[in-house]
Amino acid sequence: MTRAFATFEVSRRRFIKSLGAGILITVAAPALAQESQPRRQRPQNNRPVDISARIHIAADGTVTVMTGKVECGQGARAEITQAAAEELALSPDKVQLIMGDTQLCPDDGGTFGSQTTPRTLPSIRYGCAAARELLLAAACAKWNIDDPAGLELRDGRIRDPISRREVTYADLVGDDSAKLFQGAIPKGVNVTPVKDWQVMGNPVMRPNARDLVTGAHEFPSDIVRDKMLYGVILRPPSYGARLKSLDLDVAGETKGVTAVRDGDFVGVVAATSFAARKALGALAKTAKWTEPSGISVTELYDHLRTTARGIPDNPYAGENAGAAHALKAEYHVAYIQHAPLEPRAAVAEWAGEKLTVWTGSQNPWAVRNDLSRALNLSNDSVRVIIPDFGGGFGGKHSGEAAIEAARLARSVNKPVKVRWSREEEFTWAYFRPAGVILAEAALGANAALSSWYFVNINSGPAALDTPYSVKNKRVQTVGADPVLKPGSYRGLAATANHFARESFMDELAHAAGKDPLDFRLGNLKDERLIAVLKAATDKFGWSAERAKRPNRGIGLACGTEKGSYVAACAEISVDTNAGTITVQKVTQAFECGKIVNPINLMSQVQGAIVMGLGPALREQIRFEKGVITNGSFADYEPPRFGDLPELDIHLLDRPDLPSAGAGETPIVAIAPAIANALFNATGQRVREMPIRLT
Amino acid sequence: MDKSISFTVNGKAHQVTTDSQRPLLDVLREDLHLHGTRFGCGEGDCGACSVLLGGKRIFSCQTDIADVEGKEITTIEGLAQNGKLHAVQEAFLAEGAYQCAYCVSGMIIAAVALLNENPHLTEEQIRTGMDKNLCRCCNYGKFVKAISRAAGGGVQ
Repeated sequence: MTRAFATFEVSRRRFIKSLGAGILITVAAPALAQESQPRRQRPQNNRPVDISARIHIAADGTVTVMTGKVECGQGARAEITQAAAEELALSPDKVQLIMGDTQLCPDDGGTFGSQTTPRTLPSIRYGCAAARELLLAAACAKWNIDDPAGLELRDGRIRDPISRREVTYADLVGDDSAKLFQGAIPKGVNVTPVKDWQVMGNPVMRPNARDLVTGAHEFPSDIVRDKMLYGVILRPPSYGARLKSLDLDVAGETKGVTAVRDGDFVGVVAATSFAARKALGALAKTAKWTEPSGISVTELYDHLRTTARGIPDNPYAGENAGAAHALKAEYHVAYIQHAPLEPRAAVAEWAGEKLTVWTGSQNPWAVRNDLSRALNLSNDSVRVIIPDFGGGFGGKHSGEAAIEAARLARSVNKPVKVRWSREEEFTWAYFRPAGVILAEAALGANAALSSWYFVNINSGPAALDTPYSVKNKRVQTVGADPVLKPGSYRGLAATANHFARESFMDELAHAAGKDPLDFRLGNLKDERLIAVLKAATDKFGWSAERAKRPNRGIGLACGTEKGSYVAACAEISVDTNAGTITVQKVTQAFECGKIVNPINLMSQVQGAIVMGLGPALREQIRFEKGVITNGSFADYEPPRFGDLPELDIHLLDRPDLPSAGAGETPIVAIAPAIANALFNATGQRVREMPIRLT
Repeated sequence: MDKSISFTVNGKAHQVTTDSQRPLLDVLREDLHLHGTRFGCGEGDCGACSVLLGGKRIFSCQTDIADVEGKEITTIEGLAQNGKLHAVQEAFLAEGAYQCAYCVSGMIIAAVALLNENPHLTEEQIRTGMDKNLCRCCNYGKFVKAISRAAGGGVQ
């Protein structure tokens, strides 16, 4: 796979000329590949982390905990703070949490794949529990006690109830907590069991919530450094277009503007972002580009099918021919954009050969490595700091703006901020891949699945396998030539695969003359999935609601991914004259093991359902010959207040099960539930997302 | 063309000499360092840049700086008085009405403007009145509850 960024050969950069009015123009090769593929997820870093790398206690008693995870709205800051507070017997407001700083924090892997809850929370808990044990041991040594069992911990103090002696954590660690906390987490450290949780399991608010409602929080695009300038980047008019010529002098007509060229990388830096944009506008008019060809959105699904590499035959085709009910269907899923409200942004600052970058990314160490490669530096020379940022949804695994800001900052010898425009974010960020999904199945006695064939072309493997019981099955992903730069998304391909599978299950139920709920229950053995399905349908009143009413329909869907379980019932109304589908009500049950923070979980589930309405009903990237034609909120039409249905959400708490992540899976059921409701309302089966009346 | 422009932000008088076509949003963020007002689209489609002018919401990304000459602007930073948060801010905190929170300044400003017009909003009026503000985390359910709480509607 191609790397996201070609090497930036610093040694080959050469200073060309310096014009009047502070114009500095540099030219260098080679070109930067603007539309190559983003990096796929790398595995989590499992190196053991020293206790002192995880926790620090200052002389004034301040407890600081460090994690490489980042906060982009999913609530990790609250949950990790809870985990630390729990094991250290502190109130959460006594824990400072530093996140996503490659210099200060241990690398906990990127923030994706719903891994913070199942992987990082245990790391934090064991690290803090180990620190607690060391503090207890230090107190025992101080008081000449053999066994810490009788000692009490509260509010940063250890107390011996027999002698009534007390000592603070700060006094125990002395002037350097790293001395006490040295070494890896020993085996045999015990974390607090669920039944004894005081802080975890409770609705703890985000520690920096006040700064979020006063505007005081600094997002990456809010960072300001001394003498900082603003940079903007010249983008090609279409994918694949190469710069043939450019009149850099034009940018210099504005005072205080610096234009930088390095192959196809062209940027403008100025004292205000307005001046930079204005100069870039003038520069862009002089640019001559090659004109590549490309397909249009109407040709997309044919393109994916014809470029698919090795669609397998259905090995059960012969048996299916004799089955009581056998069905075949093809589903389509569009390219969509994450469109986080904060576009990509970064501030880069050089101090000699040391680089510091503030940016919004779900993958701080990968961004650091990209920067060091792109700028020919050692990893140790680059520090990446990730302030809590404005939305990711799987769309910010990369660090494009960070590299752009660093290159411009090096050229002008001052800190530079780059913040993408909305159009840039729609065009130059990576996309959730489009897909074609081929499904075939047959039913035997009692409408039991007898064979299952499910092939996803181009959109990915997440939740590809069916949770339904069927012995004869073939599930596979097949590659094709992507049209747009593919990348991750909330739930990755689980949205696409659930849309196809749960729509197809509904088609099979209809073919067998079965109620969709009964049909699913008859083919399920997974108790957790059965539990959410029953919970959602009970609360919704599935059986009673099945009664037909004009222009109204109900549908359900369920699924599992990343260790959590979801079922949704949707009620829709249809206006065939206006061509609109309105989701009136969604009842969703969700289960992710033991709940760590119910208020945060509720936000995730509510948000996922409403976000899921977008790709279900409207969101679709349209393109024509390498140009995105709906790259604005007005044209792309993400969900708004007016789309908010009545939400009835049921969180099933399972203290007997480990906690799983919940940022992704609650989004997967809503689209197929709507498609199934549309069939219920009109008899029309739409096998394409977004779902539209035809 | 650079021009000298005088205006008031959160009760404080400012004078800037700058390109008269610069968006108010840029001047607030880059010149006055009031970063709580945020860029979301630059096209008036998302409301992240909302500020109050005479108690009404405007999109600061769509407002040339020259057009606020002599005017009084209130930004998110100006809502709290003497360290006491505005009722809408308190309601957002109480409901946990934030996810990534990048939209929240604009949401709160828009809600304040809406409540200025009608202090007793119904949920339906909140949905209609807030529809120009976008939240990509799609936290609309919690925003409706928070604004309803601020409107005295209370919460179950």
